[in-house]
Amino acid sequence: MKIICNGEEMVAKEGETLEEFILGLQLNPATVVVECDGRIVLRDEYTQITLSEGVVLELIRFVGGG
Amino acid sequence: MLTIAGHIFKSRLLVGTGKFASAEVMCRAIDASGSEIVTVALRRVDLGDPADDIMQVLDRSRYVFLPNTSGARDAHEAVRLARMARASGGGEWLKLEVTPDPRTLLPDPVETLRATEILVAEGFKVLPYINADPILALKLQEVGAAAVMPLGSPIGTNQGLLTRFQVEIIIEQARVPVIVDAGLGLPSHAAEAMEIGADAVLVNTAIAGAGDPVRMARAFAQAVEAGRAAFEAGAGRRQSRAAASSPESGLGFLR
Repeated sequence: MKIICNGEEMVAKEGETLEEFILGLQLNPATVVVECDGRIVLRDEYTQITLSEGVVLELIRFVGGG
Repeated sequence: MLTIAGHIFKSRLLVGTGKFASAEVMCRAIDASGSEIVTVALRRVDLGDPADDIMQVLDRSRYVFLPNTSGARDAHEAVRLARMARASGGGEWLKLEVTPDPRTLLPDPVETLRATEILVAEGFKVLPYINADPILALKLQEVGAAAVMPLGSPIGTNQGLLTRFQVEIIIEQARVPVIVDAGLGLPSHAAEAMEIGADAVLVNTAIAGAGDPVRMARAFAQAVEAGRAAFEAGAGRRQSRAAASSPESGLGFLR
């Protein structure tokens, strides 16, 4: 199943949750904020959202800045 | 003591976390600065470097995190970044930055005011980064900004307090804290801002870009303390004619 993550086409497993997808990228779900098709996803929804074909994800996090 | 939005801070030096050579140097420099408020930015995760995570190295219990909206070119983008910051556990604090021109990084006053109104209504503690414009500072205060952050000179230029005259007016009129942000390149610049009555200063480039960021952070901390003490002590009057420090009488034996 193809999805778009941070502008790149990626493959997600059938039935994979957002939480599982984030963990699969070696990222800590607690420090990543997600926009899913333009909507900000609350952290406690990560385990409830199942990825679907063509979904557009933006994974954002804090970086150093002034 | 510095009070912003009902929160009390001992340190009047805020520091940014950008441009440090390593996470270790950044942590030691922040520690040396004594700062209790640190700024961070929001960016896309670099999927090629998943371990590069500032939240794993900064101790959130020690600092108030002040996410910025750097990169936003208008109010819409800034509001979007602010909501993301809050969703990622950044809390309600926000350094609002709207800089449409990458060449100057000067803030857009109209979009900044617009975004402040929206974000205050959504419960954010908004600290807008502004040009040193006394009229704009008053308007932001009226719409509920928690502080105003006039620039000393453009971001990253290390040019110091080029806007002193306007910042003095902002300070004179302000009912919210005035935090001089951007362009302060030396401890003496920070001290100058504090001496004229700024409530705090924010420094990033001057510390991160120093030969020894940890020592420079400490130097800024000392300058901010000295400048504040001088302001509270009350400066003597500036005058054009000389006035002898030693007694002018008792010199009869010389002549």
